[in-house]
Amino acid sequence: MIEKIVIANRGEIALRILRACRALGIRSVALHSEADRSAKYVKLADESVCIGPAQSTQSYLNVPAVIAAAEVTDANAIHPGYGFLAENADFAERVEQSGFTFIGPRPETIRLMGDKVSAITAMESAGVRCVPGSRGPLGEDSAKTTRLAKEIGYPVIIKAAAGGGGKGMRVVHSEAALLNAIMLTHAEALAAFGNGMVYLEKYLERPRHVEFQVLADEHGNAIHLGERDCSVQRRHQKVIEEAPAPGITDEQRREIGAMCTEACRRIGYRGAGTFEFLYQDGEFYFIEMNTRIQVEHPVTEAITGLDLVVEQIRVANGDALRIEQSDLSLRGHAIECRINAEDPRNFTPSPGCISQFHAPGGPGIRVDSHIYNNYRVPPYYDSMIGKLIAWGSDREQAIARMHTALNEIVIDGINTNIPLHRDILSDADFQRGGVNIHYLEKKLGM
Amino acid sequence: MDIRKIKKLIELLEDSDLAEIEIKEGEESIRISRTSSLQLAAAPAPHHAVPAAPASTAGAPAGQGLDETPAGHSVISPMVGTFYAASSPDAKPFTEVGAEVRVGDTLCIIEAMKIFNEIEADRDGTIRAVLKQNGDPVEYGEPLFVIG
Repeated sequence: MIEKIVIANRGEIALRILRACRALGIRSVALHSEADRSAKYVKLADESVCIGPAQSTQSYLNVPAVIAAAEVTDANAIHPGYGFLAENADFAERVEQSGFTFIGPRPETIRLMGDKVSAITAMESAGVRCVPGSRGPLGEDSAKTTRLAKEIGYPVIIKAAAGGGGKGMRVVHSEAALLNAIMLTHAEALAAFGNGMVYLEKYLERPRHVEFQVLADEHGNAIHLGERDCSVQRRHQKVIEEAPAPGITDEQRREIGAMCTEACRRIGYRGAGTFEFLYQDGEFYFIEMNTRIQVEHPVTEAITGLDLVVEQIRVANGDALRIEQSDLSLRGHAIECRINAEDPRNFTPSPGCISQFHAPGGPGIRVDSHIYNNYRVPPYYDSMIGKLIAWGSDREQAIARMHTALNEIVIDGINTNIPLHRDILSDADFQRGGVNIHYLEKKLGM
Repeated sequence: MDIRKIKKLIELLEDSDLAEIEIKEGEESIRISRTSSLQLAAAPAPHHAVPAAPASTAGAPAGQGLDETPAGHSVISPMVGTFYAASSPDAKPFTEVGAEVRVGDTLCIIEAMKIFNEIEADRDGTIRAVLKQNGDPVEYGEPLFVIG
């Protein structure tokens, strides 16, 4: 029986987890670095433990500190949030070895999905269609690799097996550039991830990023909660997400959703997870799986009425899922804007004191943020300071409500990307729906 | 009602415009007022055994403690864990108030994940205060000793 959860994260997701704990009557322990002493959720949690100095490597990424904090507070579970240690299989293993429940999948599953090559192999044998590619690491035989690339057809993309989330990739447009690109990507991967393994895939030129949310318990039940479209990205970082994905039919949703839930059962998935696809010309191609709760989960919550973090905790507690696939209905349309503390034009981070914060409101508006008046945004962590979510009975209404919310919200004292969001929401292409992953960078002239 | 809760209540009071907070939890109650001397309505024994977070009588409420902590160099905890004053339950404490210490002398042990870490003095001098008791949980950055 989970009675006390250690929140091993910071910022808006720490507050999110705290709220789920409160909803379930579970006691919470907020972990924080010295830089986050005055965080809102630290003040609201039942207990808090300072685990290290500002630097993430010595605090939020410090495995012994996190586990020691669970020991001294007598907690029985740890929620890793997203980022930091959330997809660190070694951490999950040590958590379990230390006698705590890790709120997430089993360590083996995290490991399987963390290696992008093994993930693709596992998914293919589970019946999930993947991007045509090398289906394994590229070896020394350059003639073989060159033949393979030719078969697949240019352009191709070289990816690091230990990468993911947009890191460690290189596009190749012609055979002449192939071998060099492989060598460079291999060297970069080795330096960045300690693992130089690379693989090759067909490069889709104008895909949309469409991902499916799944939920699975330890009793063999797995359901999907529909899809999200996260194509509005800059440098592989999502800026705006929405659910459902414009233009996706019920039939497509059923087919791909079933593929994902079947894969969950095959690999013994546990908890919340997301299958990421590239969608082009009516076809879905699996690229990777995220074995954690994601930043954009609120849009799925908005159209399904579920609390995904609560469901994560229930699954970790050993409970069976309370809903079946047939119970699930998607209602309306939701959009999320990630609010970053950065210059809206050149994207330079903008830490500092928020002199004035005024949250928007009204029907269908949700603000997930830990900021408050006079909160000091620290310079040590990523720039996302909150999420603004708008739900409407259809996409048009969601956009209109988001517009209003973006005009009402006030965050003074620091720069934010709110002007960029206003820009995108007013853009005709965005309003039409179905933009691909190159849309934002093209619009920004990158 | 344990010491961490009491500390939280004091912080809450300090951050607000309130003059007084009174909390009743079952049989126990505590009143904290904003006057020069803090009063506790009761010093209750812990009603649930939580080994790592005892409501120790030596652990005075934060307000009083700050007034009484002697001046000097604070030895800060470099990690999260459980404080132990000696190497084993029957052994003598590594140090005590009034003891002379040199840089490198072991002052206490902080245990985490079954590993015992010796915490050493980072200053020569005399121990002016021992701020933690056996079994107390410690956070990163918490003062453990004062060396004067």
